[in-house]
Amino acid sequence: MLKLPIYLDYSATTPVDPRVAEKMIPYLVEKFGNPASRSHAFGWETETAVEEARDEVAKLIGADAKEIVWTSGATESNNLAIKGAAHFYSGKGKHVVTVKTEHKAVLDTCRELEREGFEVTYLDVKENGLLDLDVFKAALRPDTILVSVMFVNNEIGVIQPIAEIGEICRDKGIVFHVDAAQATGKVVIDLATLKVDLMSFCAHKTYGPKGIGALYVRRKPRIRLEAQMHGGGHERGFRSGTLATHQIVGMGECFRLAREEMGVENERIRMLRDRLLKGLSDIDQVFINGDMEQRVPHNLNISFAYIEGESMLMAIKDLAVSSGSACTSASLEPSYVLRALGREDELAHSSIRFTLGRFTTEEEIDYAIKLLHEKIGKLRELSPLWEMVQDGVDLSTVQWAAH
Amino acid sequence: MFAPVYFDCNATTPLDPLVLEAMLPYLSAQFGNASSRHEYGRAARRAIDEARGRVAAAVGAHPTEVVFTSGGSESNNLFIKGAAACLKPGVLAVSAIEHPCVIKPAEQLARRGWLLHKLAVDAEGRIDADNYQSVLAQQPKLVSVMLANNETGVLQDIAALAVQAKAAGAWFHSDAVQAVGKIAVDFRRLNAAGVHALTLSAHKIGGPKGAAALVLDKRLEIEPLIAGGGHERGLRSGTENVAAIVGFGVACELAAQRLASTAPRLIALRGQLESGLREIGATLFGAGAERLPNTVCFALRDVDGETLVAHLDRAGFAVASGAACSSANPEPSHVLRAMGVAAELARGAVRISLGSGNTGEQVKDFLNTLQITLSKLQRLTAIAV
Repeated sequence: MLKLPIYLDYSATTPVDPRVAEKMIPYLVEKFGNPASRSHAFGWETETAVEEARDEVAKLIGADAKEIVWTSGATESNNLAIKGAAHFYSGKGKHVVTVKTEHKAVLDTCRELEREGFEVTYLDVKENGLLDLDVFKAALRPDTILVSVMFVNNEIGVIQPIAEIGEICRDKGIVFHVDAAQATGKVVIDLATLKVDLMSFCAHKTYGPKGIGALYVRRKPRIRLEAQMHGGGHERGFRSGTLATHQIVGMGECFRLAREEMGVENERIRMLRDRLLKGLSDIDQVFINGDMEQRVPHNLNISFAYIEGESMLMAIKDLAVSSGSACTSASLEPSYVLRALGREDELAHSSIRFTLGRFTTEEEIDYAIKLLHEKIGKLRELSPLWEMVQDGVDLSTVQWAAH
Repeated sequence: MFAPVYFDCNATTPLDPLVLEAMLPYLSAQFGNASSRHEYGRAARRAIDEARGRVAAAVGAHPTEVVFTSGGSESNNLFIKGAAACLKPGVLAVSAIEHPCVIKPAEQLARRGWLLHKLAVDAEGRIDADNYQSVLAQQPKLVSVMLANNETGVLQDIAALAVQAKAAGAWFHSDAVQAVGKIAVDFRRLNAAGVHALTLSAHKIGGPKGAAALVLDKRLEIEPLIAGGGHERGLRSGTENVAAIVGFGVACELAAQRLASTAPRLIALRGQLESGLREIGATLFGAGAERLPNTVCFALRDVDGETLVAHLDRAGFAVASGAACSSANPEPSHVLRAMGVAAELARGAVRISLGSGNTGEQVKDFLNTLQITLSKLQRLTAIAV
């Protein structure tokens, strides 16, 4: 029996895997101690759990447990990494380089740095969503202290050339931060080989709970940060505040599962994604956004031309999908990520992000394909633009009346 | 093997079963991102709105005054740094007995051009009136005084302090994480007196770790600590921790409902505990002041606090030798030092913080165990000498 709406929005958030929830529950019941309590067993047992989880997070990404700092989520990790590094290294220079398709957590933080007197370069991407390394190299200056590039884009799923960017940054002694919120469990991350200095993570995109994230802070060569949250000196002074044990345990467990299962799981998800793509490919005027090769198997972002995005979302209410990222979906603006790919607004407007995950089934995909065929046909019947195109009118030559 | 008795509720509290029950759906089927526009997201949004209403109601605030954060430390950092970012550097005053997550951000500001005053307290741990007056005369822009102290449980008359601060033109903040659920807290009344912001936390009141709030007078403009996405009216970005926020809401509601019945019970237990402690010659800190119903901070001459709590732990009682957050710090408590307690006596400090699950029987057992432990320690000392 199909449960409606069908969840195809795994990049917004994922369900907590039942195995993760099961591991968390004892820390919501009998193991409730404050991990900072040093004077009794309630504190010790939760501190042990916190350290075990730290090991699991480190293992998935090829890091040392001592390089993991707990935060409340990827947004906080991004803020801590970018502001923390920019402030600490501001004596060396005040230029920061990032990319126009980054998550708001990076872009808004960079805007804040600009207000503080830093200079930020926001790089364009190629039409496929990937960063052009020559453009990147050209943007670096002697006073560049920090580069922030996301691993996997949240809207179009493209994988940026992190290894290559890392080599360039290390060569020039520039601190390199990577937002990897969308990458864990989807691409192999090995910080033993990647020349990345800071990397942001969260649990709730990888079948763990919301409210917990981590920042990887490299020890060799050692990266310094100015803390953003001060207090009891938790997390070696990088981040004060009582540790939410159950959430940390959940993150450790979901990263452990990702490490063990991602190989098999990603192949299954790729098959489903390709099935969805194939099922939609016989619809006229559909365009895939973002590179199909350098892309995680979970993501399919498609523009349906001549259909207004809002009516599209209304028509396919049985599918829980998004037209942009969840964080900006409250606004009716077309996606800034798609615009950065050079998509015209009309195309961007009708784009849908399908993101598949651990619990997506073949049956759900087939239902989605059928529904989309049906609704797109209907919506286009109602669209005056579609009618004009069918009549052979070139829309780019039409003079629209102002309103 | 018997279950140890938990007497450390100011460090953190066990989760109330009703809170857990309310949270569980949000750790399974109701997993949406509250910013998503589909039904999964809207369900999460409704749950957050409902929790916001519950938190607001429990402290007499309006739901739009509640800003959710990841913890009390974050709320305190948010207010102090966020308010300072909107003001030109000037004078800043925080009490000398604040939690480190107020003192450290204040010290951070002091490195950035602010003049920091640490408000003195009297021997009972109450804000010293003369010192307060003299600091207010310097027209501080920001004042932060905690409602209830985590180590001694001593309460401050926040409303009276805020009235004076208001006259001096200051923005007044109070860290109330230890107060909510133990005494009545009414933001409307406090706000009228001149309190602009309160910090609350879920895990001190039977809620989960990972959710807290800053209750903020909306007339104040402050800068966010965490940017990106514009959640919480732009004051705190980041995907909302729905399950913990739901738990926080229920915990606040329960705490408010039960206040009338739990407070007298805790006061009785504390009385039983304190008369036992007095009998064996313990010094009770702040006992002359109004205090939280659940907190006792004491020391015994020539008995090291760390050693005593270690023995008590082995004997089945979980108590604290200082605040959990600075338990790693071997320095004597800055709170007791500010009260003028000699360093040597302060090193003996032990904090007992009771919760609604504790009983008179447990207190009786504790007092017996304490007696036995003390004579054991004295024998050890005698051998050492």
